[in-house]
Amino acid sequence: MTTPISASAPRPPHQVLDAGDITRIVTRIAHEIVERAKGADDVVLLGIHTRGVHLARRLQARLNQVAGREIPLGTLDITMYRDDLRLKPARALEHTEIPAEGIDGKLVILVDDVLFSGRTIRAALDALSDIGRPRAVQLAVLVDRGHRELPIRADYVGKNLPTSLREAVQVQLADTDGRDAVLVGDRDYAARSSQALAAQPSDPHLPE
Amino acid sequence: MKRHLVSTADLSRDDALLILDTAEELAHLSGRSVKKLPTLRGRTVVNLFFEDSTRTKTSFEVAEKRLSADVINFSAKGSSVSKGESLKDTALTLQAMGADAVVIRHHASGAPARLAGSDWLHGSVINAGDGTHEHPTQALLDAFTIRRHLNPGTGHDLAGRRVAIVGDVLHSRVARSNVHLLTTLGAEVTFVAPPTLLPIGIENWPCQVSYDLDAVLPKTDALMMLRVQRERMNAAFFPTEREYSRRYGMNGIRMAQLPEHAIVMHPGPMVRGMEITAEVADSPRCTAVEQVANGVSVRMAVLYLLLGGAVFADAPADASRTDSPEAAK
Amino acid sequence: MTSYLIRNVQILGGAPQDILIADGVFREIGTGLTAEADIDIDGHGLIALPGLVDLHTHLREPGREDAETVLTGTQAAAKGGYTAVHAMANTFPVADTAGVVEQVWRLGQESGYCDVQPVGAVTVGLEGKKLAELGAMHDSAAGVRVFSDDGKCVDDAVIMRRALEYVKAFDGVVAQHAQEPRLTEGAQMNEGQVSGELGLGGWPAVAEEAIIARDVLLAAHVGSRLHVCHLSTAGSVEIVRWAKAKGWDVTAEVTPHHLLLTDELVRSYDPVYKVNPPLRTAADVEALRAALADGTIDAVATDHAPHPAEDKDCEWAVAAMGMVGLETALSVVQQTMVDTGLLNWEGVADRMSHRPARIGRLTGHGRPVSVGEPANLVLFDPAYRGLVDPDSFATRSRNTPYRGLDLPGRVHATFLRGTATVLAGELAEQGGLK
Repeated sequence: MTTPISASAPRPPHQVLDAGDITRIVTRIAHEIVERAKGADDVVLLGIHTRGVHLARRLQARLNQVAGREIPLGTLDITMYRDDLRLKPARALEHTEIPAEGIDGKLVILVDDVLFSGRTIRAALDALSDIGRPRAVQLAVLVDRGHRELPIRADYVGKNLPTSLREAVQVQLADTDGRDAVLVGDRDYAARSSQALAAQPSDPHLPE
Repeated sequence: MKRHLVSTADLSRDDALLILDTAEELAHLSGRSVKKLPTLRGRTVVNLFFEDSTRTKTSFEVAEKRLSADVINFSAKGSSVSKGESLKDTALTLQAMGADAVVIRHHASGAPARLAGSDWLHGSVINAGDGTHEHPTQALLDAFTIRRHLNPGTGHDLAGRRVAIVGDVLHSRVARSNVHLLTTLGAEVTFVAPPTLLPIGIENWPCQVSYDLDAVLPKTDALMMLRVQRERMNAAFFPTEREYSRRYGMNGIRMAQLPEHAIVMHPGPMVRGMEITAEVADSPRCTAVEQVANGVSVRMAVLYLLLGGAVFADAPADASRTDSPEAAK
Repeated sequence: MTSYLIRNVQILGGAPQDILIADGVFREIGTGLTAEADIDIDGHGLIALPGLVDLHTHLREPGREDAETVLTGTQAAAKGGYTAVHAMANTFPVADTAGVVEQVWRLGQESGYCDVQPVGAVTVGLEGKKLAELGAMHDSAAGVRVFSDDGKCVDDAVIMRRALEYVKAFDGVVAQHAQEPRLTEGAQMNEGQVSGELGLGGWPAVAEEAIIARDVLLAAHVGSRLHVCHLSTAGSVEIVRWAKAKGWDVTAEVTPHHLLLTDELVRSYDPVYKVNPPLRTAADVEALRAALADGTIDAVATDHAPHPAEDKDCEWAVAAMGMVGLETALSVVQQTMVDTGLLNWEGVADRMSHRPARIGRLTGHGRPVSVGEPANLVLFDPAYRGLVDPDSFATRSRNTPYRGLDLPGRVHATFLRGTATVLAGELAEQGGLK
């Protein structure tokens, strides 16, 4: 297949957040949570696999400092609730770990890296309702890139990042990617360039 | 993974671990108030049972319902051709009804392989026990149970674990499925049986063979007792029930010969007093009941992995693991 | 009658010669024949063999006309190069009376494509209990000389002894289907590595060999003639070899499929490979080929066993046993025996025509290709290559294990007493001789 020559060649990805930015965002969100949840007494953090889990862990560390006590932390794998399961071969499952005290009557804060179509969060809400009945559910994301396909919004946003659908947002976290950064580049760049978006291709947050 | 599960010989080590790890994750479900996932919503799974099997059928049914599949039970007793509709027509009927998967139990060895290899139906075929051939999901739940006791943790295999399978190996589909799967996972399998109940050519199977249960016990991490049907006695496979249980039955004295950590397994239904005494069956070392619970998780995992994703003509072997960099690690 | 001049054909694979067929006999044989004939056939590259004789054919009529009739079966035989077939007795009703064998014989006469020599049952209803009226069948128009309970074994030693003795009176022969019944209860395939893995009931070689060993001793004891059907194991070969070395009157046949296929094919659970005796191991195949080459095994017999599609389109355990074989036999023999250098065309003529005719005491078949002999002839093109296409078969059934296989050679023409039953690979419009 040949690629039609277009006036605007795909751009290589450029960095929009660095490690320092991400650390500051996590700290700010921790403070916002304590402020809005009145001390975060009944907060349970649930990180959504994969990078949401790492972010939730960082957020918990900050929250523990701010609140002066251990905030319950769990993980959520939403694979079995996805609405696009049949578009790909069956995926391996990640570990879902609900804190021992459960989520009934708690303020559950879902944590994810990028908010895009909203479908992941829809699946997470479905998963939650099968696990228990929280008092309320809130959402914290590192990046909101817009283009929602469902009536879903985030309560805590690290950075609003207007993007076009031609673009891909890539979150890198030291835990899995060796460094902290958020990159934006053309979706096509990954496909066309032998040096894809990054040396280690991670989920480029294409429309789901 | 292949599109069908007919034989454990078709499973690579990675396939087997993927199933066990998925089952491990799904096992948590049983602790929840809502024991259901929406994953197979709108998918039709047919339980096609040509042979009575309350246990296996119920286990599959629970697994299917926990994944929200539409379940159809299609019981067809008796020999298909001699007593009515042929397997082919049954399959064509199920295809016309839109079956996405067929779980088949059949008294004839090879019937699931025949379905899978035919163009009679297009859905996945899951072997729930065929004649004296294989019973793959039983072997998977056995491996799952052994791993939980002897090498717990996702990603772990059974390297170096010693499994003795005792009893009517000749007629056992459980033994055949287990020898493939357990050796694929690195375990060392020993069959223990009187020579009459071992198949010809067993010396070429990937396992050890012993006629002496007492000699094997101290070197066993997991002891799997197979059901011995009393009818075998009439075909001169062994002289009497008493003699069989004296030589190959599991009892309290023999249990004491097992290493401290060893478990005693049984696929059920147990014939108490024949291959196993009540003392052993009811002891905490016996995992028979736990195996039943694990069966649901393992069957959910198989159903999810075969049906949960996109259906390709024959799924590329590694696609399910390479599309997501997290899982590849 | 139409006369034929076949030019430059290799008789038994020898130097090219011309053959003139007229009035039902070989009129002239030689180089550069000048005689006029109604039809000229270019025999360049073709091998001429005496018309083949099958000792073991299931024509299914009467009773299972959905699988085969005498007409379609003899058409298949002609396409395979056969001019005479022995029709096995396991029909419905069983061919255990003069009436049934005469019926089959007459149907063969009417078909005109191939001579049909009925085989009579040894025991009433093939039940192995009571001798059938062997003498009456011999004395009938069918003139039965070969008796067999094929499909079932005459396992009672006394009955077998009596049958062997009794047929001496009219130079008959008992063709035994050697299968010890108790050792093969529920048997589905050769007992060995593969059966163990597949969980299919095993059919031990010893179940065949034990009967053959008993029977050759019985035949020797009563001084009778024994023919062993479809030998399938290396051990059976050893026993027959030993009996022949003793000078006993024992003959044996092997099927084409046992010369080519092994039990590894059963791994597919495709019942097209289900057959009795079962496909054995590669070592058995090798021993059978060697035994056919050195003459220990006298004949290739097809055990042509047609079954309707529904009897094979099912799970292994309930599927019928048997394979069609008439139309592929010569090709399989070329591939397994000729192309491997084990047998030349002269040897093929001996194992597929001369010896089977002699065993069946057929006087008009298995004769040499020489002037004055009845013109039973097959012209075979060994250079032909093509995939086996069951839809081109004349047999009513399609249960061939060779579907899509690249087998060498093709029957170009068959002549039955001077009349072409097959020409240019196609069946002649109507069978000739009435």
